[in-house]
Amino acid sequence: MESTSIFFTSFKTTDLWFLAEAAYRTLLISGISISLGTVLGLIFGWLLHEGRLISTFILSPFLDIFRSVPLIIQLVLAYNFAPIIGLNIDPFGSGAIVLTIYTTALVANVVRGGIDSVGIPMRRAARSLGMTYWQDMIYVVSPIGIRAVFPAWVGVALGVMKDSALVSVLGYVELLRASQILITRTQEPFLILALAGAFYFALSFPIARFSERLEKRWSQ
Amino acid sequence: MDYNFHWRPVFRSLPDLLNAGLVTLEVATLSMVFGVIIGIVFAIIRLKMRGPIRWFVISWIELARNTPALFQLFFFGFGLGAFGIHLTPFWIVLAGLTFNNAGYLAENFRGGFQAIPETQMRAARSLGMNASQAYVRVIIPQVLRTVYHPMTNQMVWAVLMSSLGMLVGFRELSGETQFLASKTFRIFEYFAVAAVIYYVIVKIIIGGSRLLSFRLFRY
Repeated sequence: MESTSIFFTSFKTTDLWFLAEAAYRTLLISGISISLGTVLGLIFGWLLHEGRLISTFILSPFLDIFRSVPLIIQLVLAYNFAPIIGLNIDPFGSGAIVLTIYTTALVANVVRGGIDSVGIPMRRAARSLGMTYWQDMIYVVSPIGIRAVFPAWVGVALGVMKDSALVSVLGYVELLRASQILITRTQEPFLILALAGAFYFALSFPIARFSERLEKRWSQ
Repeated sequence: MDYNFHWRPVFRSLPDLLNAGLVTLEVATLSMVFGVIIGIVFAIIRLKMRGPIRWFVISWIELARNTPALFQLFFFGFGLGAFGIHLTPFWIVLAGLTFNNAGYLAENFRGGFQAIPETQMRAARSLGMNASQAYVRVIIPQVLRTVYHPMTNQMVWAVLMSSLGMLVGFRELSGETQFLASKTFRIFEYFAVAAVIYYVIVKIIIGGSRLLSFRLFRY
């Protein structure tokens, strides 16, 4: 018994700080990927809507790959491909890159749906009022399109936040990985997993509820 | 770039990978079957019932939707260990996926049930059907039609999520790939082939569901 007590120690308050720091890392990597992915997704979504040939034959199938292959496989592939072409990227970097591309692929589709949801007569009316293409985009398409797909975008963002847990396979210590480390040391799986789950839930549930309410209000 | 790709060991073990792909399909399909059954029941409970059962159902749904799938797998893997319940990797993945699918599908079904006009139920009842007959013969077939596409998406998600089995020691496509890759250190090559297999599986599911919808939904 003497020897095991060195390896297994009970859950202490300092471990809460360890978990909090890991939660910060989860927020960091998902925040970076969601914001970058949203910007790129806006551009690619617009391309999907506008560029007919390019989007149907190149862009659309390419983005489709990222939605048809498990994220965990994408992460392992990217992490192991970087050294092959001579790059040396740490787990955070490759995780952020893969999550960004993944977000881009999902957001591009949402944005395309948003632009498509604005009726052609509406856009013709805008143009015939003398608006330029970009004025039409900014003053007519974006207010209507954003209302139509904002809840879908929230869903994507929350999904990426939850999927960021998978970056742990590369060795990046985010919340779920940190809880695994603590479980190995303290042998208290239930308590620690409940803490980690509560954090994800506390972040995701209010935002999901808020977007649901917004969707209801906008549809009236 | 001085890396030599070695695809031969991967192609030699291709039969193993394809078999593992079947395991992936099997566990995803089973989790969908259970998920659909539980999802329908939960949707009805959430819409029609009051009291503690409804609260249990709502907390299941919200937990499934608002925590990472990996967390749910870990919970069934390690969390239940605290109560002395130790599941085999297959059951961990099946239980985790079913928990997740049921939560998402219940919400889809709830939307489907709300889309069916009340008059359908009354018409069925006035024809002399009892409540369960009306549900099975009139309401649920129509609901299945409206949630057909979300269900296809959920099936794709189930296949993609089953790859998390790799992290709890289940030898489905990803787990088998990792096992084989760690024997030869051809990690990139193995996972690239696994990615292709996943892509093909997903395309088969989407294409098959489209074909089936032509057959099912013609008038």
